[in-house]
Amino acid sequence: MEELDGEPTVTLIPGVNSKKHQMCFDWGPGEMLVCETSFNKKDVTSRFHLKFLHLFECFLPLWHHKMFRAHLVCHFIFCRLVRVSKNYRSVIRACMEEMHQVAIAAKDPASGRQYSSQVRGVTTVVLAPLFPSLLPAGPLLLHLLDWVRLHVCEVDSLSADVLGSENPSKHESFWNLPGNTQTLTELELKWQHWHEECERYLQDCTFASNPHLESLCKIMLGDEAALLEQKELLSNWYHFLVTRLLYSNPTVKPIDLQYYAQSSLDLFLGGESSPEPLDNILMAAFEFDIHQVIKECSIALSNWWFVAHLTDLLDHCKLLQSHNLYFGSNMREFLLLEYASGLFAHPSLWQLGVDYFDYCPELGRVSLELHIERIPLNTEQKALKVLRICEQRQMTEQVRSICKILAMKAVRNNRLGSALSWSIRAKDAAFATLVSDRFLRDYCERGCFSDLDLIDNLGPAMMLSDRLTFLGKYREFHRVYGEKRFADAASLLLSLMTSQIAPRSFWMTLLTDALPLLEQKQVIFSAEQTYELMQCLEDLTSGRPVHRGPDTQQCQDDDIETTKVEMLRLALARNLARAIVREGSLEGS
Amino acid sequence: MEEIYAKFVSQKISKTRWRPLPPGSLQTAETFATGSWDNEENYVSLWSIGDFGNLDSDGGFEGDHQLLCDIRHHGDIMDLQTLSVNQQWTTAHYHTGPGSPSYSSAPCTGIVCNNPEIVTVGEDGRINLFRADHKEAVRTIDNADSSTLHAVTFLRTPEILTVNSIGQLKIWDFRQQGNEPSQILSLTGDRVPLHCVDRHPNQQHVVATGGQDGMLSIWDVRQGTMPVSLLKAHEAEMWEVHFHPSNPDHLFTCSEDGSLWHWDASTDVPEKSLLFHQGGRTSTFLSHSISNQANVHQSVISSWLSTDPAKDRIEITSLLPSRTLSVNSLDVLGPCLVCGTDAEAIYVTRHLFS
Repeated sequence: MEELDGEPTVTLIPGVNSKKHQMCFDWGPGEMLVCETSFNKKDVTSRFHLKFLHLFECFLPLWHHKMFRAHLVCHFIFCRLVRVSKNYRSVIRACMEEMHQVAIAAKDPASGRQYSSQVRGVTTVVLAPLFPSLLPAGPLLLHLLDWVRLHVCEVDSLSADVLGSENPSKHESFWNLPGNTQTLTELELKWQHWHEECERYLQDCTFASNPHLESLCKIMLGDEAALLEQKELLSNWYHFLVTRLLYSNPTVKPIDLQYYAQSSLDLFLGGESSPEPLDNILMAAFEFDIHQVIKECSIALSNWWFVAHLTDLLDHCKLLQSHNLYFGSNMREFLLLEYASGLFAHPSLWQLGVDYFDYCPELGRVSLELHIERIPLNTEQKALKVLRICEQRQMTEQVRSICKILAMKAVRNNRLGSALSWSIRAKDAAFATLVSDRFLRDYCERGCFSDLDLIDNLGPAMMLSDRLTFLGKYREFHRVYGEKRFADAASLLLSLMTSQIAPRSFWMTLLTDALPLLEQKQVIFSAEQTYELMQCLEDLTSGRPVHRGPDTQQCQDDDIETTKVEMLRLALARNLARAIVREGSLEGS
Repeated sequence: MEEIYAKFVSQKISKTRWRPLPPGSLQTAETFATGSWDNEENYVSLWSIGDFGNLDSDGGFEGDHQLLCDIRHHGDIMDLQTLSVNQQWTTAHYHTGPGSPSYSSAPCTGIVCNNPEIVTVGEDGRINLFRADHKEAVRTIDNADSSTLHAVTFLRTPEILTVNSIGQLKIWDFRQQGNEPSQILSLTGDRVPLHCVDRHPNQQHVVATGGQDGMLSIWDVRQGTMPVSLLKAHEAEMWEVHFHPSNPDHLFTCSEDGSLWHWDASTDVPEKSLLFHQGGRTSTFLSHSISNQANVHQSVISSWLSTDPAKDRIEITSLLPSRTLSVNSLDVLGPCLVCGTDAEAIYVTRHLFS
């Protein structure tokens, strides 16, 4: 582990006495959870007992809503693997400028500094072009100039400066790029010639009369002292580096860059300050040490955004594999998983995280399964989106679990239709049974059905669970009875019992429903049907003692039950008699 | 279909609505409102589209709609309508049940206005009727539905139509005193939840709904209890369906699958209107060949209410340049269309029919 470059700040938590109680803590993606325990240092045997929980949100400027665009654009590119193009860079640039303004507007200096370091962190996103295999044709220095100009914001403000605006036009005409017919050696010769001319002018004291022109000449010769005199115009050491290279060694090769970089850094800082973490990142980049870059970034930046995308890009360019780290082939996935987990901790960026998990072949699916169940669902619309994501990836377990939670909430809120709708979506027969039982219980208590619009219109969903089918058919029985189609009602009622879809607990109700049919003037139940009804009644009464418990209330119920059973037996017997007579006589069928 | 401009706005957009123009006005739409969702702080924002200046050098990433003003909102914004009002009704929708605490609020999912009346529906299955100048609700229908009511629209003035999550349309007449709907229509087959509804601007018996399976259904509320046509459209939930208010031969739908479709049922023969109902004819399901996108699945094609099969064609165009995250909302007014997505972008076009 690297050494810290500063003392960590101490935060006192109000209400916690760290001398008396030990605290325990754990990291989350963007927070830290701290609990006070009653674990006593002296008494090792006492158990942990959590008393208070404190949640600290870590300051994460990269989650600021102005940076959303950066996340979105990276997500867009990540999914489509578009090459780093000017379009992409300019969007990043726009983000950076906005962040810069936020940094300036930040209330306290500490957060302002954090913002600006994050802004500069974002500038390093174009390190990718520095890597040789990604470079289009052309000298290295031009790309460095480009980079400085585009991504070091402050350069823009130095518009009338010699080091700024004059160079590009002069430089480009010098290089004569469009044709690019000259080789590097030819260019070197040309430059050498020009450099010697400058030196001659200086030695001849041509500019002796004008100190400004003289220092200008020295600058153009790449004299470090002269350049450092203009330090306040150079915003940072890499600006100094590029300027220095421009005038002292424009045909620098990538392999030599690191030496110039190191010396530029040392000269610029001049022993006054130590390199910041971002400087270490750049140094590692100039050394083309990819793993060092990733390591430094991981330490310095508070967020996996940059590292994850950089590593992914490098992996696609096949640059990571050339290095032999024992977890090298999984480093990309590890970083992407960390970044995606961070996205899931955010209230609205979780949708982007899904795609990132999709691109992690080994642990992506499992991670997604764990995360997606834990997204807080405040509205049905959000739940529907989450469910759609799960269904698209055949995550049936998660669909079932989320629907179950929603259905349970609906039942508690007395929204039985919603509960049923969720169980249908999850094809959850068990929950459909639960909802149906609830309807049946309501019917028994109130004597009528609630939510007829639902039960009458179940459609094919009725087949989801036996109980639901029973509910639908039972309601149909009532409807048919209401239409006075007694024969149909009778056979429906009987089939409900004989087909075993009616729960035992409901048989008594069904038999009681049969009573008015048995008491009708005309014979409705045939002898055969009556026998079956009697069979059902005997099945029911023989099994009954098992369900009873010792209770005075139960004794009263027992009496009611016994009376009912006797009435039924009487009615059934009478109906049987009439049926036999009718069937035996000439009119019977 | 000419250019459609996108602007990234750093908030997921749940609703977009054009500001209504005075009737008979010849102007084109200029202002629209958006509502965001899923952020810690959500905003209702008003945007204006100015003149089309030069395209940004990036081309395609920067739109030209400018934020006029916004206001913070606690909670996700589920629906937007424009009305002049200075009231807040904070406890319009709530749950009461054996398991819920004594007061637990429920999301309000839909709202529709017909100055000065406002009707709201919510996840609690409740329908509220407010008037802009009354503090309390004028009428409340508790437990209007045992499932969630997803959307509401006016049918004829005292009648509204709601759709719910068990595939039913219910018509409610506020002139009647009871708490029962005057009519119930439901889907055939699976009772897939219906998410959106819109009524034909000229023919008040023609209604279009969009379902959770992306199916577009056309209904005739005067006839029968089943939809007249079913068109397999999107691959995921259809969030909004709109008839074009002045060109009702055109229908627009947007969906969770990231696409926005323009359905054009007008034929080459200008004088033939496909939207008159031929009395007494029952609808038949027919299939046609359709010119257009390869990724359009069509199992059943018909015009809004089927007329002459030989002449009916529906052209379907996908309006967004590339697949994005869910398109949550759209609105059309004259030649202008606006839509908002979960990819935190607002798309605007002013040349729908070019």
